[in-house]
Amino acid sequence: MITLSIELAKVLMLLGGVMTLAAILTWMERKQSAIMQDRIGANRASILGFRAYGLFQILADSIKMFVKEDFSPQTEHRFLHTLAPFLSGFFALIGFAAIPFGNTVPLFGYDVRLQIIDLNVGILYIFAAMSLGVYGVVLAGWTSNNNYAFLGGMRGSSQMFSYEITIGATILGILMIFESMSLQTIVQKQGELIWGFIPKWGIVVQPLGCLLFLVAGIAETKRVPFDLPEGESEIIGYFVEYSSMKFGVFMLTDFIETALIAALVTTLFFGGWQVPYLMSDGFILPGGFHVPLGMLTVSILQVSAYCLKVVILCWFLLLVRWTLPRFRYDQLMRLGWKMVFPLSMINLLLTGLVVLWVAQ
Amino acid sequence: MNSRDLSFAERLYIFEAFKGLWLTSRHFFGNMKRHILRQLGFRHIGRGAVTFQYPEERRQLSTRYRSRHRLTKRHDGSPRCVACMMCETACPARCIYIVAGEHPDPNIEKYPIRFDIDLGVCVFCGFCVEACPEDAIRMDTGIIEIAAYSRKEMIYHIEDLLQ
Repeated sequence: MITLSIELAKVLMLLGGVMTLAAILTWMERKQSAIMQDRIGANRASILGFRAYGLFQILADSIKMFVKEDFSPQTEHRFLHTLAPFLSGFFALIGFAAIPFGNTVPLFGYDVRLQIIDLNVGILYIFAAMSLGVYGVVLAGWTSNNNYAFLGGMRGSSQMFSYEITIGATILGILMIFESMSLQTIVQKQGELIWGFIPKWGIVVQPLGCLLFLVAGIAETKRVPFDLPEGESEIIGYFVEYSSMKFGVFMLTDFIETALIAALVTTLFFGGWQVPYLMSDGFILPGGFHVPLGMLTVSILQVSAYCLKVVILCWFLLLVRWTLPRFRYDQLMRLGWKMVFPLSMINLLLTGLVVLWVAQ
Repeated sequence: MNSRDLSFAERLYIFEAFKGLWLTSRHFFGNMKRHILRQLGFRHIGRGAVTFQYPEERRQLSTRYRSRHRLTKRHDGSPRCVACMMCETACPARCIYIVAGEHPDPNIEKYPIRFDIDLGVCVFCGFCVEACPEDAIRMDTGIIEIAAYSRKEMIYHIEDLLQ
């Protein structure tokens, strides 16, 4: 019974955390883009005169989304049309279940694993969830009874398929080095040190892989500069026929996926919840210094380090979104198939050689 | 304009992308630093944004800015306008409507009984000001918020313009 409630509490905590992060990302996106462009950004929504730097804008936006007219196009697939945004959101959310956000903590006499499920094929599970997200896109385009939406859905699905292959190929290097598919194990192995002082983070051993994964990840989540499936302003995307909260769910999914990519990159390439030189009993610095810390302090440090890394990566993804212009569709496909994919293969080859060489 | 071929490094895209990211993040951190320092009370630090927060914070209008019209007055408070119809003739939008009346003073022939400007039609070209031989109409009130709920309310009469 208590185990069940602990599991439930973890699920609620993660779900709440992710939804909060996604909501805050909408605010972050507006403010960050404004500050990058020497503007101020949305700051007018106020409650009793308090503006809180525009944070109430999230509330105002969601109220607007909920009370707007929910217009549906004339389509014989009304059920699927309504299902599509929720399918997208659902598959983006369940990906988080396999991501570890902390080590195992002894709490109230129980060993609490700070992860919803420790699958030994965690990576495959997350990629499966991300691949199923394509159903939302295809269904939205197909059931809208609108040729623009249909074309957008087609663009979206072919883009997602193309970059899924790349995203799989880029992490093979990581899997070879850490010899595991369980994300918890991968993170634990990233706590090791190379030559006694360099943290064995994914980005240190796989710099090219990290870059390619980021590119493929942004493309997979259909964010600018790869937002051709949406392309709201000129080429019109798959959710053109959605209004009110159905559209809102699509938009929220966008931010959830950003958070998911940030969490994945953190887990695979930036050491997950690892803090450099922080072992389970405190800091052990290369010079031989030892700063002893309690078990709970270490856990809190690790979880906050994880959250910080995710937020910083979200910031970086938003920075990319507001800097680079959109690709043309042929450029997108050329980049995916002719550059990123071969490069990930070369990366794989080199990693294999180095792993063999180190093993000898 | 001469366009040159992209070099190999530029065609690789990745270096150029990072250059762009460097530029935008430099703006981000510079502006963020200024925002934070100003919040902490360092008022002499430059603003982190070029935004004017409009209703509270107004921008200085240029002295030659053409804002809402006004009719100038004589010393006794009557309008300087002599209803010569020059502005009405010059107006390309045909938004001025004048009805002339005989002035009691024999030195002044006429005065406007009605002087209406339909600001919903006006294109703010300033030709009326240029055409006026009496310096009776000017566009220097600095009023830029001209809005109404109906087209009829957009027509300004002589009483409004004389204020």
